[in-house]
Amino acid sequence: MKLLVTVKRVPDPETTIRVKPDGSGIVTDNIKYVINPFDEIAIEEALRVKEKLGQGEVVLVSIGTKVASEQLRTGLAMGADRAILVLCEQELDSLGVARILAKIVEKETPDLVLMGKQAIDDDANQAGQMLAALLNWPQATFASKVELTADQKAVQVVREVDGGLETVLFPLPGIITADLRLNEPRYASLPGIMKARKKEIKEIPATELGVDITPLLKVHKMDPPAKKEAGKRVESVQELVHLLHTEAKVI
Amino acid sequence: MGNILVFAEQQKGKLPKTTLIALQAGKEAAQKLGGSCFAAVLGAGIDALAHETAKYGVAKVLVVDDPALAHYLADAYAVALEQLVKAHDVSLLLATSTSVGKDLLPRVAARLGVGMASDVIAINEDGTFKRPMYAGNAIATVSLTGRVKVISVRGTAFDAAQPDGQAPVERVRLAIEDAARKMQFVEFSETKSDRPTLTEARIVVSGGRGLKSGENFTTYLEPLVDALGAAMGASRAAVDAGFVPNDLQVGQTGKVVAPELYFAIGISGAIQHLAGMKDSKIIVAINKDPEAPIFNVADYGLVADLFKAVPELTEEIKKLKA
Repeated sequence: MKLLVTVKRVPDPETTIRVKPDGSGIVTDNIKYVINPFDEIAIEEALRVKEKLGQGEVVLVSIGTKVASEQLRTGLAMGADRAILVLCEQELDSLGVARILAKIVEKETPDLVLMGKQAIDDDANQAGQMLAALLNWPQATFASKVELTADQKAVQVVREVDGGLETVLFPLPGIITADLRLNEPRYASLPGIMKARKKEIKEIPATELGVDITPLLKVHKMDPPAKKEAGKRVESVQELVHLLHTEAKVI
Repeated sequence: MGNILVFAEQQKGKLPKTTLIALQAGKEAAQKLGGSCFAAVLGAGIDALAHETAKYGVAKVLVVDDPALAHYLADAYAVALEQLVKAHDVSLLLATSTSVGKDLLPRVAARLGVGMASDVIAINEDGTFKRPMYAGNAIATVSLTGRVKVISVRGTAFDAAQPDGQAPVERVRLAIEDAARKMQFVEFSETKSDRPTLTEARIVVSGGRGLKSGENFTTYLEPLVDALGAAMGASRAAVDAGFVPNDLQVGQTGKVVAPELYFAIGISGAIQHLAGMKDSKIIVAINKDPEAPIFNVADYGLVADLFKAVPELTEEIKKLKA
């Protein structure tokens, strides 16, 4: 069983993001970068599938500049077998990302692609669904449970949807995007970190893939969100209820 | 400008408020950008639903009534929507960012070979859109190039459409070939609740890690929720800790809500939580830590031990309502 997992380098979710005064983007000085948290869950799930089967290969793929190898190295330290870094300097939209990934899937022919449900920088929540469309593969987004069938030819996935949990079944190959409760990702162990140093990160320039990655979604400018005025402190529950009733008139 | 097509999502044969919001956004887009606003209703045995949709002021309702569409499945639905877009001169396809909207629209966009803007909060007359990025810490103005634009709209950013006339209903036959349908629906396990839907409720009461356990949600928070007739929510920290199910999560990667009144109880106010609730009209925070960032967005803040304050609050609300 070959499992391909996508890894995006994003600002640490604990970082306070500020828009540049000229609106051209966000201030990137002193930002710490991490693996997109949902991608970390996807890596963990791939490792668990492999461990459960007692065989298989977990391949990571990231798209970006050379610095993204930091995040790939972390994923390798968690236990992935090898990694691919598609070198790309230009800004991409989700369709561009999906087109690059579709080429990597063609080369690697995985049985399952595991991705995060959304990257916490652009918050698009599109790449997995788009990749599934380009490959004409089935998809299960927002996964909270993944179970291969006994013959390993299909997968049953529980999805976190509005109002409850939905279960779908499809034959492999397919795409699964991880939601928060799928698992708790492991930390890289010290031996894992040592081993990761020797694992391969193969670099492929995006230009060699022969796909059109001109963005169709363009960001023209960014503004900071409207500031909310600080409210008032109340001293007691009675005062709170009184104000909600007479001042805010919401109860 | 060609036409605008709104994907009118159904839930158990009914139109949820999120769909009325999509219809309103579609009509607003037609006013600003030109073209007619059509609605697409997909499913099996959906005559009544199609006629219901036709009451909300669209120019036409396109109905695809097909056993292959009995359950929502991304692969079959994407094939159907793609064909509708191509056959009806559609240049803007939109839906609300519900779990179905998020799952479906990117798949349709990629089939059409076009880009998509997620979670749009404003449709501008120059054809650009506004959408939040970085957990709402940046509001981006974006444009889409290509013969079709695909957008999902954020439910809290548009009003619900009101009934307005009766549009014609056109039944459309599509070829949804078996080869495009690899996914199979197994089951849906509904979260049973008599409370209002989180994204539609007038009042939302959310609990965080400060509640300390799932039992405390039941003992302390739920009586308050019910005294107010509110929906219950939770922070990601509370979901992570296993106190409550994920579909209660309010935040960047959970539900986005903007009720008239929002209670944040035992919630510190992490960036990712604020992204899901800061547009609420009135925000109340109860937290024992006076430095908690939640107080920066709260209209009314009470520094108190929630295990004392919440039962008191429940009693006061009951008195007020009696």
